[in-house]
Amino acid sequence: MYQLTDVSKRFEGSGRGVTALEHVNLTVAAGELLAVQGPTGQGKTTLLQLLGGLDRPTSGSISFDGRDLGALTETELSDLRARAFGFVFQTFNLIPTLTAQENVEVALVPLHVGRKERRERAVKALEEVDLGDRATHLPSELSGGQQQRVAIARALVKDPKVLLADEPTGNLDEEMRDEIISLLEGLWRDRGLTLLVVTHDSVVAKRAARVALIRKGRLTIRETQPAVR
Amino acid sequence: MFFTYLGRELRRRRKQAMVVAFGLALGIGLVVTVSAASAGVKSAQTTVLHSLYGVGTDMSVTETAAAGTGGPTRFRFGGGTGTRPQAGTAFSRNTLSPTPGEATFAGSTVTSISKLNGVNAVTGGLELNDSSISGTFGSFGFGGGGASTSGSSSSSASPPPVSISSFTAAGVQPTSTGVGLLTSSEIIAGRYFTSADSTSAVAVVAATYATQHSLKLGSTLTVAGKAVKVVGVADMPSGSTTDVFLPLGEAQKLATLSGKISTVYVSVASASDVSAVQSEIQHLFPKATITTSADLAKEVNGSLSTAASLATNLGKWLAIAALLAAFLIAALLMMGAVSRRVREFGTLKALGWRTRRVVGQVMGEGLTLGIIGGVVGIGLGFGGSALVAGLAPTLSATVGQSFATGGGFGGGSAGGGGGFGGFGGGTGFGGGSRPSGAGFAGRSPAVSHPVLVHLTAPVQFGSLGLAIGLAVAGGIIAGTLGAWQAARLGPAAALRKVA
Repeated sequence: MYQLTDVSKRFEGSGRGVTALEHVNLTVAAGELLAVQGPTGQGKTTLLQLLGGLDRPTSGSISFDGRDLGALTETELSDLRARAFGFVFQTFNLIPTLTAQENVEVALVPLHVGRKERRERAVKALEEVDLGDRATHLPSELSGGQQQRVAIARALVKDPKVLLADEPTGNLDEEMRDEIISLLEGLWRDRGLTLLVVTHDSVVAKRAARVALIRKGRLTIRETQPAVR
Repeated sequence: MFFTYLGRELRRRRKQAMVVAFGLALGIGLVVTVSAASAGVKSAQTTVLHSLYGVGTDMSVTETAAAGTGGPTRFRFGGGTGTRPQAGTAFSRNTLSPTPGEATFAGSTVTSISKLNGVNAVTGGLELNDSSISGTFGSFGFGGGGASTSGSSSSSASPPPVSISSFTAAGVQPTSTGVGLLTSSEIIAGRYFTSADSTSAVAVVAATYATQHSLKLGSTLTVAGKAVKVVGVADMPSGSTTDVFLPLGEAQKLATLSGKISTVYVSVASASDVSAVQSEIQHLFPKATITTSADLAKEVNGSLSTAASLATNLGKWLAIAALLAAFLIAALLMMGAVSRRVREFGTLKALGWRTRRVVGQVMGEGLTLGIIGGVVGIGLGFGGSALVAGLAPTLSATVGQSFATGGGFGGGSAGGGGGFGGFGGGTGFGGGSRPSGAGFAGRSPAVSHPVLVHLTAPVQFGSLGLAIGLAVAGGIIAGTLGAWQAARLGPAAALRKVA
């Protein structure tokens, strides 16, 4: 599914530039669960953003299903993000003025899904994450775990090929963390998704068949006990 | 989703949205009010100009009388020999004569001018003064002492009394052309003249003159010693100086000025034609004095002129400054709001929203605030206009001396004879000479009757369109600046900024 060849990413600031990733080579198979680990500020989120088409590499190439993400136009990348990638963020990133259901519907807007179908799919997605009864609630009326469930429903409502989760349990307590991990793992198992999770959490990493370790922008792969689908 | 999202965002930032909308509303309200006040001032100026030389007129053509000619017919009670009449002899005279200082010329001038390019309508008029005097000769003679009189009647310093009265009259075309001193639209009772009236002893009187002299439809008044029947009453613009209107032919007959007129009133097809038509007339009639409404407007003085200056200068700049400030505040607040929503826009882009859609969402918010500001601003504009109309004092206007026709009644002492300075004179009664332009010359609209107009502030439909346009522009400007800020960051950068 993914083929990263000699990928580097450098950020040029007003002072000295920062190299976030350096000569990364990685292959991710369709349906794989890959955990990305490493200390803070070493390039984990940057790698996830490159894989999700949110940014472009400074050098090297990222191939997704045979398409070079670096060569796509902004519009093509937007369309790809709309159809193929689902994102889950550490801070949930829900729109505070929209209800849980409307937040899920937002993901279907670029796909030009009709209003009625949009509503039905959003309700179904919320039921899938066990939040069917919270559809009309605003994010501020939901707990952290519930907000993250809404974010997961938003990522999954469009049936993406890849789910990219950036520290999905980072803002949650232990009980909620287990709940979210179980949910993600269950969805990965049931839907045949490719799940890429950036995490500090070793509990999460243990569920992955492979762990990508990033330290000072360099990536190494550690094989673990293969996860059972 | 677009409207749901837009509405919720504006509700979330209610206070800020209200500041933006109200700022725009204030600017728009000022624009509407100032343009309404300007329209009111313009309308007042038009009233003044119409009162001076008629409705619908773009220019008037006159000729200045040569020195020593024109002016009123002198009353000659002594047969022109300079001998004094016997004491106790009664006398009475009623004459109709051209306005002093203005020459009369051939009525065919109207036809010549009507053939010129750019001329829309043209009509001729004969402006006259009807003067009457009656009394008894005393043994002291008439004259001497240099007493001056004013008003419609007076008496000399010692008995026997002398009765003097006058009014202004004008001969107008019997068929209304929509231009000139009197048009059919000004008739409020009775009727306008018809072609059958061209030499009939009929008159239309100004409403104020009719009230003052208890004239009604069917009443008769005396013009040049002849009874004339009132067939119509006209509501003339404030400051109009003509009291009685006669069919042109009849007026010419009564004034013994057959085929003559004193003024040609011209309406041009387009405002841009005024100078071209003026040149053509000047070329055709080198001696003519052509006065355009612009010339006349320059001569308008008084509080109306001050109001016009305020409306066009201070008001205009105040409105522009308020609008610019409103646009600036709106843009800054929108940019501030967008900068606090960078994560939101980064998230939307991560979900596949194209930049165009994100920009559209932000611009939609700006546009909505602009429309709200425009609607509220129009309301404020109506309120402001009502306030201006309610609080505005009655304005006065006078026209510069150069447009005054004649010198007013009673010239005072001048020359050898003195007494009733201008209305004796020559070799006739009183024996003295008089200064040119003074004397019993009828009223000057400029000097003796300044025009009073109440300032209105009618809201213009055009300005409402402009207001909506400006409000939408303000909203779009504010929205565009905000949207540009939202668009320039890529999704990763937007998400990173928060992180």
